Amino acid sequence: MTDALWYFGRGTGVTVLVLFSLVVVLGIVTRSGQPLPGLPRFAVAALHRTVSLAALAFLTLHVLTLLLDPYAQLRLEDVVLPFRAAYRPAWQGLGTVALDLVVLLVASSLLRQRIGVRAWRWLHWAAYLCWPAAVAHAIGTGTDRHSGWLLTVVVACAGAVGAAGIWRLVGRSFEPDIPVARVPPPTGLAGLW
Amino acid sequence: MTELRTPTQRLLAAAASSYGRHVQLLGPLPDVSGERVRQLVQDSGLTGRGGAGFPTSRKLAAVAGRRRAVVVANGAEGEPASSKDRVLLLRAPHLVLDGVAVAVRATGATEAFLYAPDDLADRLQDVIRQRADPVGVTLIRADSSFIAGQETAAVAAAEGRPAVPRSVPPMPFVSGVRGRPTLVNNVETLAQLGLIIRYGPDWFRAIGTADEPGSRLLTVSGAVFRPGVYEAPTGDTLAAALRLAGGAAGSVQALLVGGYHGAWVPWLPDTAGLPLTRSALAPYDAAPGAGILVALPRRRCGLLATAEIVAYLAGQNAGQCGPCRNGLPTLAGQLWELATGWPTTGLVREISRVAGLVDGRGACAHPTGTVRLVRSCLRVFSADVELHRAGRCAAGRGTR
Amino acid sequence: MTDRLRVDWTRCRARGLCLELLPELLTADDWGYPLSRSGETEPSVPRWLSAHAERAVVECPRLALRISPDPGEPGAGRP
Repeated sequence: MTDALWYFGRGTGVTVLVLFSLVVVLGIVTRSGQPLPGLPRFAVAALHRTVSLAALAFLTLHVLTLLLDPYAQLRLEDVVLPFRAAYRPAWQGLGTVALDLVVLLVASSLLRQRIGVRAWRWLHWAAYLCWPAAVAHAIGTGTDRHSGWLLTVVVACAGAVGAAGIWRLVGRSFEPDIPVARVPPPTGLAGLW
Repeated sequence: MTELRTPTQRLLAAAASSYGRHVQLLGPLPDVSGERVRQLVQDSGLTGRGGAGFPTSRKLAAVAGRRRAVVVANGAEGEPASSKDRVLLLRAPHLVLDGVAVAVRATGATEAFLYAPDDLADRLQDVIRQRADPVGVTLIRADSSFIAGQETAAVAAAEGRPAVPRSVPPMPFVSGVRGRPTLVNNVETLAQLGLIIRYGPDWFRAIGTADEPGSRLLTVSGAVFRPGVYEAPTGDTLAAALRLAGGAAGSVQALLVGGYHGAWVPWLPDTAGLPLTRSALAPYDAAPGAGILVALPRRRCGLLATAEIVAYLAGQNAGQCGPCRNGLPTLAGQLWELATGWPTTGLVREISRVAGLVDGRGACAHPTGTVRLVRSCLRVFSADVELHRAGRCAAGRGTR
Repeated sequence: MTDRLRVDWTRCRARGLCLELLPELLTADDWGYPLSRSGETEPSVPRWLSAHAERAVVECPRLALRISPDPGEPGAGRP
């Protein structure tokens, strides 16, 4: 039974990593203001939100499973307060940090209309702290840290996020204003009259 | 209290170089309750002199019911064709500050600002120092941009932020400087207030029209012998205004009425006799505005003059709003082509189309005002468009 | 009283989600900014489009849209 919990804990953990990597990629595309083939901009934004909620669901399962698993030695407070766990505290702590930031990201997004665009954007930058923390947690905490398949998954996730980042930085601006031709400057209106 | 010698020279006759001289000339500022002030202003029928012509008593009432109000005296005058606020601040700054004190009393304000051009700041700071108003006036330096004098830009400047317009709602009288109810009034309006409080509503209404009583400052420039700032009763004719400035210097073809956001009025025997009122000028989509009149002589091309103004206005957009930021330079380029290039029917149609895209689509009236000017140009100078199409120009000049 | 869709022009950056969500009311101007199809600057929102208009307001990445009633209408007072 406890083995099952442990495998389920790891399985959900990997799923969370994959889903959040997808969320980051979709977030980058959303911010770019570009549509995707078959997906208008509002749909890209909606997909970003839906996948993040799915990831949150799996994250909840992941945490619950590990709370129940005696081998994980996870206490309730370790879920919110990082770096104090019994088992691999540093790597575990990064998971807690990632979770805290996920809660912040989701809560601020739900309250976006209340807090306004500026505050929301500022808080949403935390995504770029959250995702690396999650990746590091996945590599460090898992007992299969040296196993090939986990590393493959991590590399694929990192590759996807990296590629999206490069695409965004290198690609054209998302603000589609067509630059307007320069107008001859006025010759000094005093001379007009 | 002394009576002003010339019945129509009210503001300009109140010139005083020091506080002492000011009190000697006009008497001290009467101590009147806020409610009484509001009653006097309502009875006087004073309307704003900053361009919009809004009834001042309504503005006062909107702010007076609220707590922790702020008064901003707007002397920024970003409009290049206007000098009246500058002249008033130079000649009768104490009268303006009296008006601020009265507005403070009328609204129960706890803070007051004078927003004035940078080069007058040191002088005005001295003027403020000579006074002992219950609510001290803080001086805010205005830059010379066109948009700096816009109402919400003035509010932003009072907060120490860049003087660019903000979206409304909320209106400044609800939430202005640092979220507080704010009264923004042109300095001339406040100066009129300083006189009304001394001489009363009946005196104020003795000249001018019933709808917009009193006197108004005019800035008359262009093809006149003595361009400058003059004072006249509201409702005086366009011809009378030009006569104040020494009369037309040469043959005039049109007047720009209301400044760069105004409209052209063709100069004809029946238009010259039009009073400078909203109703009389409505057929030309013009209004008295802030009393700006520019006389365009026949030797200048009306299309080119408009193109120059629109190029200036395009460069003066705040860069905040897409339709204005893109549309105004587009219009400027098109008008330039109209004036100096080949004015095809397609081009005129395009100008109308782009004007329609820009009209009303911005946080402030900058795009709307510019479109008003452009449309009036196409109406009033339509004959010039035809001439240009035939390779000629009514002004006999132009880059053809 | 009619509800009207209003744009905060200082916030709008022509991101275009509203154009996708409310094509009945809005189209793009020459520069990608939302232009009312009805010829009014601020289009009225008919009841059958309310839900879509509200969605556009929520989805705008810049929170540049808002729906509010038109107070100064002739005949206002009809339910």
